[in-house]
Amino acid sequence: MAIRERLSGNEATAIAMRQINPDVVAAFPITPSTEVPQYFSTFVANGAVDTEFVAVESEHSAMSACIGAQAAGGRAMTATSANGLALMWELLYIAASSRLPIVMAAINRALSGPINIHNDHSDTMGARDSGWIQLYSETNQEAYDNMLMAHRIAENPDVMLPLMVCQDGFITSHAIENIELLEDDKVKAFVGDYKPEHYLLNKENPIAVGPLDLQFHYFEHKKQQAEAMKNAKKVILEVSEEFYKLTGRKYGLFEEYKTDDADVVIVLLNSTAGTAKYVADQYRAQGKKVGVIKPRVYRPFPVDEIAEALSKFKAVAVLDKADSFNAAGGPLFTDVTSALYAKGVFDPKVINYIYGLGGRDVKADDIEVVYNKLLEIAETGKVDSVYNYLGVRE
Amino acid sequence: MAYNLKEAAKKPDRLTGGHRMCAGCGAPVVVRNVLKALKPEDHAVIGSATGCLEVSTFIYPYTAWKDSFIHNAFENAAATVSGAEAAYKALKRKGKLDGDTKFITFGGDGGTYDIGLQSLSGAMERGHDMVYVCYDNGAYMNTGIQRSSATPKYADTTTSPAGKVIPGKMQSRKDLTEVMANHHLPYVAQTALIGNMKDLYEKSEKAIYTPGPAFLNVLAPCPRGWRYNTPDLMEVSKMAVETCFWPLYEVVDGKYNITYKPKNKLPVREFLKMQGRFKHLFKAGNEHMLEEIQQEVDRRWEALLKLAGEA
Amino acid sequence: MSKKELKTIKPDVNWKEITPGGVIDSSGNAHLFKTGDWRSMKPIWNTEKCKQCLLCHPVCPDSSILVEDGKMTGIDYDHCKGCGVCAKVCPFKAIDFVEEV
Repeated sequence: MAIRERLSGNEATAIAMRQINPDVVAAFPITPSTEVPQYFSTFVANGAVDTEFVAVESEHSAMSACIGAQAAGGRAMTATSANGLALMWELLYIAASSRLPIVMAAINRALSGPINIHNDHSDTMGARDSGWIQLYSETNQEAYDNMLMAHRIAENPDVMLPLMVCQDGFITSHAIENIELLEDDKVKAFVGDYKPEHYLLNKENPIAVGPLDLQFHYFEHKKQQAEAMKNAKKVILEVSEEFYKLTGRKYGLFEEYKTDDADVVIVLLNSTAGTAKYVADQYRAQGKKVGVIKPRVYRPFPVDEIAEALSKFKAVAVLDKADSFNAAGGPLFTDVTSALYAKGVFDPKVINYIYGLGGRDVKADDIEVVYNKLLEIAETGKVDSVYNYLGVRE
Repeated sequence: MAYNLKEAAKKPDRLTGGHRMCAGCGAPVVVRNVLKALKPEDHAVIGSATGCLEVSTFIYPYTAWKDSFIHNAFENAAATVSGAEAAYKALKRKGKLDGDTKFITFGGDGGTYDIGLQSLSGAMERGHDMVYVCYDNGAYMNTGIQRSSATPKYADTTTSPAGKVIPGKMQSRKDLTEVMANHHLPYVAQTALIGNMKDLYEKSEKAIYTPGPAFLNVLAPCPRGWRYNTPDLMEVSKMAVETCFWPLYEVVDGKYNITYKPKNKLPVREFLKMQGRFKHLFKAGNEHMLEEIQQEVDRRWEALLKLAGEA
Repeated sequence: MSKKELKTIKPDVNWKEITPGGVIDSSGNAHLFKTGDWRSMKPIWNTEKCKQCLLCHPVCPDSSILVEDGKMTGIDYDHCKGCGVCAKVCPFKAIDFVEEV
């Protein structure tokens, strides 16, 4: 019997972490992720977990300690946002290349500069090449569920890659919504134990981690890493299927909302999808055929499935809550259009909107602007501008 | 346990030959003797910052380390090992591990005094049961002998070359041992490669087996960077100690103890003249620089004597 | 400490067989890598002059002064790089330092 609760995304994440009961949590505070280690510290102080909490002096040390702990043979977790994630940047790559299944709660916040504590996706988008698996969450429920599935995905022997669960800072991390929690014993049974083959604390078989890997071997190690990321897609689907049987909540690679007979769709991540679905409902009531696609798995990028799903629409708008500053389009737009082209899907017209940077509020009327433009494109077949900013004062 | 060279020689070597450190390098000598202080039955997890030691002892697919070893990045050796130590505590608490594992981190002066200072300070302050050993060779040697905050004043390095206008590094070297002593750790010591290694061994043993964080600063001569005659590794270390350029002392729970007081304190020029990096100091007109160095060495030695209650 | 036989990975290993993450699980296998060919000078142990003080043993950067049961038994020429520190340190001049031929 599930537990009904009303929690913020941060608290739900901390509770998931408590139920997972990792061996080490090494974290440094940064708004809006701070509450995660704070809640967790209370669990530690009250003896609700067996975790060793390491109050590190920077995010760089947080990821360093997580790498040391995971390599030693324990489960390590952390939480951060924005510049905290940026400070860990070199270590994200090292964690992935060392094949350590560390799990992190990434509470999305805009990267400086200028300094801004509110939500956008520039932080985790900046880490998209680091080799981490990235799962995006629209609500506190999704963040909680993704966190419970994280270790089963990351620790799978065909994967062995670190994983970050992303959710919008303040919007879902701090807002309180209804949620269904799983019982402690069910979580424990589902997540299971971490049993690495190689670990530093193995007295019978000591290992060395982190070599100087010269021209002769680096490339093969990277190919292995690439293959592991490819394997992750299948594993994510398998674990999600098992999770569905346990909870009744179904998760795939992306959510398709009212797309069956849609002419046009919006593709976007995290909480704004909620607003988009609301507008889609209203447009549907007026007989307009619109839909929403909300990717959950961004890394690995599900090229085949996205191309297949988008192939039937007349026009698609990809909304990015981060800009790449490549003078061409945001990161999600780039991945989507690349997938379409690679799969020979040339029909839908695809445009890009950069929106909500620095926590700029995104309202229903903004989404209406997008749908209206898409419907216009669907009718005329003409695109006047591909790379657009939505909601900035002209 | 009192040091006995023959008994120590019977213990297995935890660093094998076959690494690619330069011939005559001081760093592996430091490592071999620090690790000798471990009991043979104790397992160790060793971490290292990027630097000469790490890149030369751990080139895929070879490792010269017989114990578990982790290298991560340049500035975070202390944080990394602190994470491993935390996992050890957690796993022991859960009953998944038994026995005793010791945590030892090695870092050069680059990865310790400079880029790694924050990580070291944080790990030591948090009280992890680990030892941090700095092998101080006085410059960023691995990248080609650039100056660090541990480089002695007026030394010639590639980023502080002794030129026509500026005669080498113009800043005095940082005293990291004192910085760490002021972290109020259970054990902090400064030692070198001297004699039969008794000082280094005994301090390593105390550092490893004192519960809580410990810091060792060991002078590790570099024949390439210092430009002395390669076989003179022990002689140049001895001069550093006999001139009080590198005093041998320990701070045990806040109490200072000088473990070697030279009967006959030699002028610091006896140490400097052995090394090519100080060659320019012996040119006519540069006597005031030697004077300055001598005064600073004397000032710090006097201050140390005072702290030890021996002024 | 592991007492297993040392093993290494063959240099032209393919991506499927290379160890994930660059982990090496044969600790101390650098022993299989020979650095003796670095030498241009060579230490020669004079057993007659040697008083078994063992002062040469802890100063070798390459662990190449071989000691068994507290007694020096020789020099590991597979790894000795010819730095000359042992020869310099010996109080009895029992190690000659000659050119490598």
